[in-house]
Amino acid sequence: MDHDETSIAADTGRRNFLNWFLTTTAGAFLLSVTYPLSRYLIPPQVEESTAHTVTLALKPAEIKPNSGQIFRFGSQPAMLVRTAANELKAFSASCTHLACIVQFRADISHIWCACHNGHFDLNGKNIEGPPPKPLEEYAVNVRGEQIVVSKRV
Amino acid sequence: MATLGAKHGKLWLWLDERIGLSDFAKLARKKEVPLHRHTFWYYFGGMTLFLFMIQVATGILLLLYYRPSASEAFESIQFIMTEVEFGWLVRSIHSWSANLMVFAMFIHLFSALLLHAYRRPREMTWLSGAGLLALTLAFGFTGYLLPWNELAFFATRVGTEIPGVIPLIGPFLRRLLRGGDDVTGATLTRFYGIHVAILPALVAVVLGLHLYLVQKHGMSRPPSTEGQGEANRAMPFLPNFLLRDLVGWLCALGVLAALAAYFPAELGKKADPFQPAPAGIKPEWYFMAMFQTLKLLPGHILGIEGELIGVLGFGAVGVVLIAMPFLDRRAARGKTPGRLAAVFGLSLILYSIILTYLGYTMSPTK
Repeated sequence: MDHDETSIAADTGRRNFLNWFLTTTAGAFLLSVTYPLSRYLIPPQVEESTAHTVTLALKPAEIKPNSGQIFRFGSQPAMLVRTAANELKAFSASCTHLACIVQFRADISHIWCACHNGHFDLNGKNIEGPPPKPLEEYAVNVRGEQIVVSKRV
Repeated sequence: MATLGAKHGKLWLWLDERIGLSDFAKLARKKEVPLHRHTFWYYFGGMTLFLFMIQVATGILLLLYYRPSASEAFESIQFIMTEVEFGWLVRSIHSWSANLMVFAMFIHLFSALLLHAYRRPREMTWLSGAGLLALTLAFGFTGYLLPWNELAFFATRVGTEIPGVIPLIGPFLRRLLRGGDDVTGATLTRFYGIHVAILPALVAVVLGLHLYLVQKHGMSRPPSTEGQGEANRAMPFLPNFLLRDLVGWLCALGVLAALAAYFPAELGKKADPFQPAPAGIKPEWYFMAMFQTLKLLPGHILGIEGELIGVLGFGAVGVVLIAMPFLDRRAARGKTPGRLAAVFGLSLILYSIILTYLGYTMSPTK
């Protein structure tokens, strides 16, 4: 009897060890598959355009009062506006609501997003509709025939 | 078996011995469809399945000419629409059938909800159906981008921005969906892979489970028709119900062909990431209610960003819908279902209709 019981106890011990061994191995295997898989699915970080300043291909005379135009600010769309008072201003053109690209509306003389009817005044402030924040404003400098737009620090 | 042998030819017997045809025949003979005043609604599951099969067939055909890159996608669809013989037809059918499939699926969903088909023991059937709903909407959303036109570009910019407003994990989710920080050619390639490989694989599994469960439990008899004179009337699935199904499918095919011929799918202007969103921009009709909700929510509600409230609201509606078999406690205990499903279902239908109507009629510039 004693002998049998010890052998059963030894068997259970061996079985437990094998079960433990099998599950940890299976776990390690699963991890070694899912880790590279999930890393693969996350897109690699592409170098952000670090441009803090751009010189536009546009001459100051080409933009009329009470109008706006989209330009590339690094990899992002931005908007140059000439107000009715002849002042040049620049903003990020991505709506702060859900990132549609905004446009200048001459009929109401301010910036408007067509997607969800968001309105911004000519200081970039959100004045109507769903946008929760103002548009980021950039500094505009006119040097002779060149327009230089830069991020405000 | 001997009687079967007398009825069928040698080929049947040969095949039966190897793959067990008589088991299937027995199963098919046993399958019945309950007959009552709501039997009509049973046809919409099969209708969705039929339109899905059309999607698979036309989708495979489109793959032969489509090129998934930002510089070629738009042009390859122009080529399909103008150069390839009947290319316009294949693409138009794919586009229309997608719309009809979503429509049939919504009818199927709401009829299952309002007739309490989700109650025990069909909870898993309901859950797998909810999974198919999510997969279908994902199909619609990813497929919408593939023409790489102006509408698609902004729909995707907005659509991928929506999970981006979720606190903490939002920006990560957005990057994962877009394949980068912005909607670019990388997004197009990613959506293409999702649309033609990942989603079909998932649908195969979930649809398989859904159909197996429908087969296993049979169709649900609505509690409101139980205990009446008509309680136990039924119709054999083969051939009676299937033939009626076929009539429906034939009608759907006719509607589809007419829509595709008279209103071919449009292509619009090629996407330009440096052009403003055009006035009057709209999503597909089945996202219209959500779109209009986001449009009407103010920037801030009690200090929280309006869009976050909207997104959380959509999430909550989804959770209630998915969890319906467990929320309807009376149905879960096998009693007459409570009012929750009816109240929730009817208000959801009403809300969607009103907001969709507003979405199409409100002036886009006011």
